[in-house]
Amino acid sequence: MKQAIAKSADIPEGGRIVIDIPGATIGLFRAAGSLYAYENTCPHQGGPVCQGLLIPAVEERLNKDGTAAGFRFDPSDPRVVCPWHGYEFSILTGRHPGNAAIRLRSVPVSEEEGIVYAEL
Amino acid sequence: MPNSEFREPHITIHSDTREILANARRDIDRYGLRDYFIVDVDSHHVELDSWDEILTYIEDPVLRRSGLSMAEMWPNAKRLALSNHPPGLTFQDVGGRIPHQAQLAEHVDPVPGEHRDLTLVRRAMDSMGISLQIVFPQPMLEVGLHPNPDVENQLITAYNRWFTERILAHEARVKSMLALPFNSPEACLRTIREFGEKPGVVGFLVTSQRQAPVFRNDYMPVYRELEERGLPLGFHAGPDYSVGKQMNRFVSVHAMSFVTCNMVHLTNWIINGLPERFPRLKVIWIESGLAWLPFMMQRLDHEYLMRQSEAPLLKKLPSEYMREMYYTSQPMEASNMKLLEATLEAINAGTQLLYASDWPHWDFDVPGRIAGLPFLSEQEKRNILGENARRVFRL
Ligand code: FES
Repeated sequence: MKQAIAKSADIPEGGRIVIDIPGATIGLFRAAGSLYAYENTCPHQGGPVCQGLLIPAVEERLNKDGTAAGFRFDPSDPRVVCPWHGYEFSILTGRHPGNAAIRLRSVPVSEEEGIVYAEL
Repeated sequence: MPNSEFREPHITIHSDTREILANARRDIDRYGLRDYFIVDVDSHHVELDSWDEILTYIEDPVLRRSGLSMAEMWPNAKRLALSNHPPGLTFQDVGGRIPHQAQLAEHVDPVPGEHRDLTLVRRAMDSMGISLQIVFPQPMLEVGLHPNPDVENQLITAYNRWFTERILAHEARVKSMLALPFNSPEACLRTIREFGEKPGVVGFLVTSQRQAPVFRNDYMPVYRELEERGLPLGFHAGPDYSVGKQMNRFVSVHAMSFVTCNMVHLTNWIINGLPERFPRLKVIWIESGLAWLPFMMQRLDHEYLMRQSEAPLLKKLPSEYMREMYYTSQPMEASNMKLLEATLEAINAGTQLLYASDWPHWDFDVPGRIAGLPFLSEQEKRNILGENARRVFRL
């Protein structure tokens, strides 16, 4: 069933809101120009994953000879980190970067005339 | 929007425990936990929040004055004076990704005579459906690495007096196994005699990060005293950042040092025949997880069979003694369910395993972790979540 859940203006680029609707809690994220929605229940132990820290992925750089060249953030890979134990998920795919089988349950969303609708 | 309500989008150190653990409350209905007796055998409060108060409980007047003077005069020493708070511990929250590990800075309305930590403990218990919680301090668990053994003893005794008076005496749902000043067997005996019958004291603890070998002859009266009183002895693991000299990331330090300290003590305990010498003493291994246990069972059995003459007190295999010991469940390694099932079977989890949350630490486990295990019977779940603890601690 299609349900209006928020206004588009509530979620600016790089932003996030968490909404209680009857029967579920959903996190809405806008990243790389698109809208993503996930259930606020972590696949690990059920934590409030959508209420965690938003932070880019950390990558470790290597030199051609295999020597380590330090860490840096990768802004093209935005993440949400579950606040219970730190499982980190790509906002763009909903998957854990270390094990793609561990994934958030996504909720189909669309936008029409400034309103966000979820398919519930 | 008519049917949607916005929630606090970001959980921080200022969020209320009940909000952080709101999803755990759902498990209570999901698994029907309301009629379970749930005992959490390992959880924590932050003693450094009350450190200036604890310093006033130091017995030695000279050391007490030094501590209070440090707390007053040095910047930041109000929460650290005389302690050996290991600096690497501040890496635990993964760079701010797991806020409740750093602190619970939520608002608590002051209640006259009641410590703020009690309110925080009750909020956590109620959110997770826990009936009773065994509460420990935090950085004090590394006190065995303190450079001055006399200061260590004084701090442990001061904390024990403060905790029994300010926390344990005020809430029957809160229990503790108090730390022993383990570098002095005489002080251990005094501790057991002073606190053994205080309300809420259900056993005693060795903080495992220490060099002391548990087989030393002068510890035997300590074990005997505990055995005679029917009080369990716990070994609570902790991190040792000195392994960081060989390891460059906290994930490595934590993964290893929380286990290796208990591996050493358990090996000494069994090979020296302590289970034969104190057969009624209940021993509990706390916060090393479970995956190390099948390794230790196989490793010790394998070597013992070839070198029996070095462990002549043993009347059976090391693994058989291990099956008679107790273990807390957290942090329950569950990335391979077949291995987890085999581990629980190997340690007789139905009678020997005790649920622990370790709240509010970064790797805590909710009761749903046990309740959701597909291979346990209903009775085994009840035993692990609380009935085993009821028996071990005579609750
Ligand atoms: S519940 Fe999300 S990381 Fe554990």
